[in-house]
Amino acid sequence: MYDVVIVGAGVVGCSVAAYLSRYQMKLAVLEKENDVSMGSTRANSAIVHAGYDPLPGTLMAKYNVRGSQLYPKLCEKLSVPFQRIGSFVLAFSPEEDKTVQKLYDRGVANGVEGLRILSKEETLKMEPALSDKITSALYAPTGAIVSPWKFTIAMAENACENGAEFFFDHPVTAIEKTENGFRVTAGGETFETRVVINAAGTHSDQINDMAAPHSFTIHPNKGQYYVLDKNQGQVVHSVIFQCPSKVGKGVLVSPTVDGNLIVGPDAVDISSPDDCSTDREGLQFVVNQAMRSTSAFNLREAIRNFAGVRAATEIDDFIIGPVDGVPGFFNLAGIKSPGLTSAPAIGEDMPRILAESGYTFPKKENCIDRREAVIFHTLSHEERAEMVKKNPLYGRVICRCETITEGEIVDALHRPLPPHTIDGVKRRCGCGLGRCQGGFCGPRVQEIIARELNLNYMDIEKDKTGSYILLAETKGGEL
Amino acid sequence: MDCIYDLAVIGGGPAGMAAAVEAAKDGAGRVLILERDKELGGILNQCIHNGFGLHYFKEELTGPEYAQRFSEQVKEGNIEVMTDTMVLDITEDKTIYAVNTQKGYQQIKAKAIVLAMGCRERTRGAIGIPGERPAGVFTAGTAQRYLNMEGYLVGKRAVILGSGDIGLIMARRLSLEGAKVLACVELMPYSNGLNRNVVQCLHDFDIPLYLSHTITRITGSPRVESVTISKVDEKRNPIPGTEITFDCDTVLLSVGLIPENEVAKSAGIALDPRTKGPIVYENMETSIEGIFASGNTVHVHDLVDYVTAESQRAGRCAAEYVKGGRQSQGELAVTAGNAVNYTVPQKIHLPTQKPVEIFFRVAAPMENKAIVVTALETGDELLRLKRLHLAPGEMEKISVPAEALQKSPGGIKVSIE
Repeated sequence: MYDVVIVGAGVVGCSVAAYLSRYQMKLAVLEKENDVSMGSTRANSAIVHAGYDPLPGTLMAKYNVRGSQLYPKLCEKLSVPFQRIGSFVLAFSPEEDKTVQKLYDRGVANGVEGLRILSKEETLKMEPALSDKITSALYAPTGAIVSPWKFTIAMAENACENGAEFFFDHPVTAIEKTENGFRVTAGGETFETRVVINAAGTHSDQINDMAAPHSFTIHPNKGQYYVLDKNQGQVVHSVIFQCPSKVGKGVLVSPTVDGNLIVGPDAVDISSPDDCSTDREGLQFVVNQAMRSTSAFNLREAIRNFAGVRAATEIDDFIIGPVDGVPGFFNLAGIKSPGLTSAPAIGEDMPRILAESGYTFPKKENCIDRREAVIFHTLSHEERAEMVKKNPLYGRVICRCETITEGEIVDALHRPLPPHTIDGVKRRCGCGLGRCQGGFCGPRVQEIIARELNLNYMDIEKDKTGSYILLAETKGGEL
Repeated sequence: MDCIYDLAVIGGGPAGMAAAVEAAKDGAGRVLILERDKELGGILNQCIHNGFGLHYFKEELTGPEYAQRFSEQVKEGNIEVMTDTMVLDITEDKTIYAVNTQKGYQQIKAKAIVLAMGCRERTRGAIGIPGERPAGVFTAGTAQRYLNMEGYLVGKRAVILGSGDIGLIMARRLSLEGAKVLACVELMPYSNGLNRNVVQCLHDFDIPLYLSHTITRITGSPRVESVTISKVDEKRNPIPGTEITFDCDTVLLSVGLIPENEVAKSAGIALDPRTKGPIVYENMETSIEGIFASGNTVHVHDLVDYVTAESQRAGRCAAEYVKGGRQSQGELAVTAGNAVNYTVPQKIHLPTQKPVEIFFRVAAPMENKAIVVTALETGDELLRLKRLHLAPGEMEKISVPAEALQKSPGGIKVSIE
């Protein structure tokens, strides 16, 4: 019998798991995919928002601002790349100057610190590559960038180390009410639990409807992006937004924590929550919009395009809390932007939300709240030398574009929630994220996974279950 | 400081081996090859087809055989080799930071360096193919490695985008392994590969070549299920209504190679935005004195034989530099004129006493044209060579006599007329 079952191992589910794992409870996380961070969490702008966007009084405002405060310390403790590089919202007309003022007022009401409205000249002094057509800008020094998947993996590993159990390839297919709670069917197994927390992202309406009356619908909304090579990562030094307008939410241009440049997204309603395909028109729109902010980036240096899906609902806020008439069932649904930013704050608040419904758990006496991870290429010459002395595998570079060593890959494969796919290793270590997109390191990573986890080389998948890389052995033949 | 060498060669493929062997022969002293793979040979090791060495050895060899001829010379040539070793940075003063599992993190000092890192393949992301992102999309070289080095077939029904040489070779290789290659799709109105490869790898296997077409969508999850191709207009934009869809499980990309120059950038070496390789002089010296470069690190070659020749020149000149050879007295520029995409070298040291070989690629296929070298300042014609046939897939080579260069101290221009 579990105390709490969390449905979904995205950034929300894993953050909640990390905070709940500090309490004495039997806790499980059920995930339909083969790894954490497989939905909206892995395909978004990777921004920790300052908190001037949401309307004051909304859950989005509350959790955004708190999340932004939690990130620096969490990332430091868990060895997750995070950089507070600041963000701008650009205005291009007197009308947009007013929007900037409105966002400033909202930010102040939401408790965002350090906001300033800058003149065109002040803005261009800080970001010289921006368009000279700007009229003013909102500057938020607390705007930040993070690796969304590394953060989610770190939170999940932390939860796991503190006793949470993770079940992958376990899509939830039924939730029945029982005397003491629920019987959740997932991946052919049943999980008896007192509490169910629905953190199923773009599928959270389906999970809700299994246990509770239909009360909201996910209206999936897709955003497309380009990622550019590292030689473009210095075009701007902070997150550059545009004013939200009728045409859609502004397209952003921002460095990433890996030193690349990200450009996007657009916003298009789609029919399937699993549609992460890109198209020519959407990508072209993104580029055209981004060019308004700066024309200094070179699209010929693109290394990838991708799309992510927002878990939008008809309600313009997060849906968080107990469901009337279904005691023990909690929704964390409709978590669209600023969901990544808000996730740790939602996690932090979860024990209180449970307690308000009468579910209280004593705190554990000893909890792990740190996680060490070697990122070889960020070390100094002396530290690198020391590292290789300790473990010679740090001396073998597997991913030449991102300088990721075999030591880092082997570390990842022996962590609490080891990956068993090429992309799982990519999200943990960074190998294959670079300009060759894994062309060189893919076969070698495959070999290391097979060796370390004692799997058959041919059975290693690229990404989701069934994403086989190799389909047959060669004919062979006699010499 | 861990070690001092006269010459350090970064990369142990055909370029690095030829440079090291030649430099050692010419008395460069203590020569070191740093190779990131477990053995010498570079990409030749996975090129198990024949056709290598026709120019240099006057016989047809496979890639591994061609590599072996040089790796044996490396062994005999008293050249030190560090395999499984990654160079992370080099500095302007020729300090090399490298790492391996045996000796750990090393700082290596060299009097001269030859850069021979080769090139990498352009990817799906670089050309921005829209659609889903399933497994089953490979660069041709990666598929070749899986097939020829690891012993696995990446797919059974494939569409190949790009008619570069690796794509053509892989079309044949997959066919020989029993896979069905449904189409080879080329954006340009002509193939970018060698003509012999179009004939031997596509025609001989009845694989259709769709010129002026491109892939407009990849569909499938978790593995490729189909690709859609479209005809393109003169501006290379897809024409709506011309879509053809192929049910397949694999897409191979052979859409260009890019010189690998992260290490060159770390030293601040000037790169040519057209070749994406270092700007070099006629002796293959880069913008930093004593740092040379050759092979696909400088510009992508069509034949390994030419890589060898260029790298031998780099090796000889590096040896000359180590021995305290000649002093440069200024330079003249080589510029690319009409219908010429780039030239290598881009600069020539003065004084010019020997003829200089200039390599370049033309912008489009052409018949009955002339390669014309003119003086940059006066426009005077210095050299005119007739050519019946010119194609971007084939590298052109001309030799400009020293007298011609002496007539044009302001630089020369290579054009097609």
